[in-house]
Amino acid sequence: MRKYRIFDVGQNSSYFNDESGTSLDNRAIIKKVAGKCYLPANAVLLQNIKNNPEFKASFSISGLALEQFEKHAPEVIDSFKVLVDTGNVELLSETYYHSLASIYSEEEFINQVLLHRKKVQDLFGVIPSVFRNTELIYSNQIAKMAEKMGYRGILAEGADHILGWRSPTFVYKPIGTEKIKLLLKHYRLSDDIAFRFSQRSWEGWPLTAPKFADWVSSHNGNANTINLFMDYETFGEHQWEDTGIFEFLKYLPAEILKNPDNNFITPSEAIDRYEAKGELDVPHHVSWADTERDLSAWISNDLQREALDTLYALGKEIIHVDDPILIEDWRKLQTSDHFYYMCTKWWNDGDVHKYFSPYESPYEAFIAYMNVMQDMRLRLSDAKKRQEHEVFLHKVKPLRFSEV
Amino acid sequence: MASFKLPSVLMFGWEFPPFNSGGLGVACEGLSKALSSSGIPLTFVLPFKIPISVPWCKFVFADESSDLMNDIQIRSLFSGYLSHSDSFPSQKYGLPAFVSGEIIERVRSYALKAGGIAKKNRHSVIHVHDWLTYPAGIAAKEVSGRPLVAHIHATEFDRSGGDNVNSDIYNIELEGFRQADAIVAVSERTKKKVVSKYGIPAEKVKVVYNGIEFKNNSAIIERNLDCLKQNGNKIVLFVGRITLQKGPDYFVSMAEKVLSHEPNTFFVVSGSGDTEGQMIRMVANKGLSSKFIFCGFLRDQELDRVYKAADIFVMPSVSEPFGLVPLEAMISGVPVLVSKESGVSEILSSALKSHFWDTDDMADKVISVLRHSKLQNNLSAHGNQEVKAIHWKKAADSLISLYNSLDNAFSMFLLPGSSATASAQVPYL
Repeated sequence: MRKYRIFDVGQNSSYFNDESGTSLDNRAIIKKVAGKCYLPANAVLLQNIKNNPEFKASFSISGLALEQFEKHAPEVIDSFKVLVDTGNVELLSETYYHSLASIYSEEEFINQVLLHRKKVQDLFGVIPSVFRNTELIYSNQIAKMAEKMGYRGILAEGADHILGWRSPTFVYKPIGTEKIKLLLKHYRLSDDIAFRFSQRSWEGWPLTAPKFADWVSSHNGNANTINLFMDYETFGEHQWEDTGIFEFLKYLPAEILKNPDNNFITPSEAIDRYEAKGELDVPHHVSWADTERDLSAWISNDLQREALDTLYALGKEIIHVDDPILIEDWRKLQTSDHFYYMCTKWWNDGDVHKYFSPYESPYEAFIAYMNVMQDMRLRLSDAKKRQEHEVFLHKVKPLRFSEV
Repeated sequence: MASFKLPSVLMFGWEFPPFNSGGLGVACEGLSKALSSSGIPLTFVLPFKIPISVPWCKFVFADESSDLMNDIQIRSLFSGYLSHSDSFPSQKYGLPAFVSGEIIERVRSYALKAGGIAKKNRHSVIHVHDWLTYPAGIAAKEVSGRPLVAHIHATEFDRSGGDNVNSDIYNIELEGFRQADAIVAVSERTKKKVVSKYGIPAEKVKVVYNGIEFKNNSAIIERNLDCLKQNGNKIVLFVGRITLQKGPDYFVSMAEKVLSHEPNTFFVVSGSGDTEGQMIRMVANKGLSSKFIFCGFLRDQELDRVYKAADIFVMPSVSEPFGLVPLEAMISGVPVLVSKESGVSEILSSALKSHFWDTDDMADKVISVLRHSKLQNNLSAHGNQEVKAIHWKKAADSLISLYNSLDNAFSMFLLPGSSATASAQVPYL
């Protein structure tokens, strides 16, 4: 979302078109990450599949990301198509707008998941059967919603506080559900790659493919599945090419497969192959964000709550108004990142929120967002007036039988 | 290291509260107090005899002979710290010769006494504040041979606005920087100026941010402003000298934009200065007189009562080496918007920031704070927390480590062959 000022309210309603070439410019960002991460990483994965037909991977790509790629870097979509067509790559479902709808509105959540399902089907010709929620946000409630929508499996963070003594290397059943199965992220091994790969102070540095394969194999005999979930931008964007991350990715499959007990499977294969080891009760939300692994990255201060409350309060009326563009804008404003940028949790210490934010401060993010809310409110009342006017016209000019 | 000796400081200043005309005196007070409570023995030198004493340091007056002066006389003596235009409007070619001559004369006679003072007062480091004291510091160093620290609170470029730099003053600054063993700048932007405008190597300049003493503001809200607020009005506050450097004209442009969206807003201006008349005329020309309240120069309790009423404080300074006032506002729990052209903006997180010229951005932020109580409360609470960590002790600690590094290096140079710690024990003089 661009730096939208109070003076823009009521004047123009293009919230997302920033052409400044800065970190607020979606086109520039997409071009950058396509070149640094998506294209080279997809090329490595494709080669991996060719070299090791046993190699498998899966992706969860938001509808908004797909839209942006179509618009600014269609070659990324093509490279994903090639991967999906190998049959070794599974696509997962999520909310189209990478939103927090799972927490705020079940109705909106279902709508967005359906929108995403359709988008994936249109682009790739497949219908996902496993669900992963925005930022791996998960709870009993969300598992139930996913099951109701027909999903066979769902992903979650294998956070210590939900697992207790149990291991994330087995398949579980969410409490209160019938058939859906739960796959948990092995956060230590995942984060070894995602966060620690290039950290020189880390005892595991430098991380090589044989070393990592050893760590994986050391679980053998006491594990069914090791779920490595990570942000795809780990490859080339968070860990730059010069850290050797692409080389690591290239040699990893062969190293893992050197041990005959190891193989690669997709989430739906894991679900088919393994019975649930037990039930897992997660009454409170978990996510993969920050050290807290909860919702605090998006909903921990008054600014975030105010913005989210305003957004979803507006939604109650917006969805009843016949204005597709207004509804689409409202949905784009649900993307969780908007609220992530308003996080003040560690603002003073300058942490990752700062690194990933295109705004100078959480306050700037909030101000621009609330100005947009003001404009949305104006558009909503205009749309309502239009609708009332149309109804009114029908009332004063009732159709006559003679006209029929 | 156990026997590491604390440095003793001979500090040359020009003014000291309550006999001060600006931030220099405030900074000298804060620094000397914090240094002293960290156990640093400190002698504070002032050019003229004034009736002053504080529990934490000894004062020495260069001109002992002068009789005690009244407030106005003292103020006029100390006017050297103010920007040129304060006392002499519409100067195009620097400080008028008779004025700069007069001040420079005082600066020179201060320096003439400095050698004697250095001889009489034990010290291991000399610390001087701004150009007015640099010649004195150089003279002291010539006598005692101790390392010289030149503190820069505002350069001639800051005071003059950049285009009418007084060359005599510039040369005094330059000589001070050259003779100093280390330079202390109050912000990164000030350091940059010292490096770029004076050609000083960056390694020689250390940034030490100012601090502020946290005192809860328990004042009662100003009565008239309280009435306005009871009637649903909001208060936007400006505090500072009304001079171009502080951006009063940008404040007025911003106000006009705020009023077009939030008409129930009043703009309170505390301060006086050479462009006060100009500012009032600008307000009148824009037809905003009924929305502005000029309350003149306020101090202490009076100012605290105004802070209590403010919904947001704005400092649109065009150029501000540091800028202590927003910290005062934060102590009172007032959200602050500071210009990115201020030194203090380098250390603040829980504050809004704009370029001084971007009045759209400023107005946008002010309106947002006035409209969204959640934003206002967040800034107020976090700002109040944050300012507690911006204390003089932190500044004093960096100064002490700087003194120590100089002291050691210096002693080794004077007594080759002896170790740094051993030489530090050699009695001085």
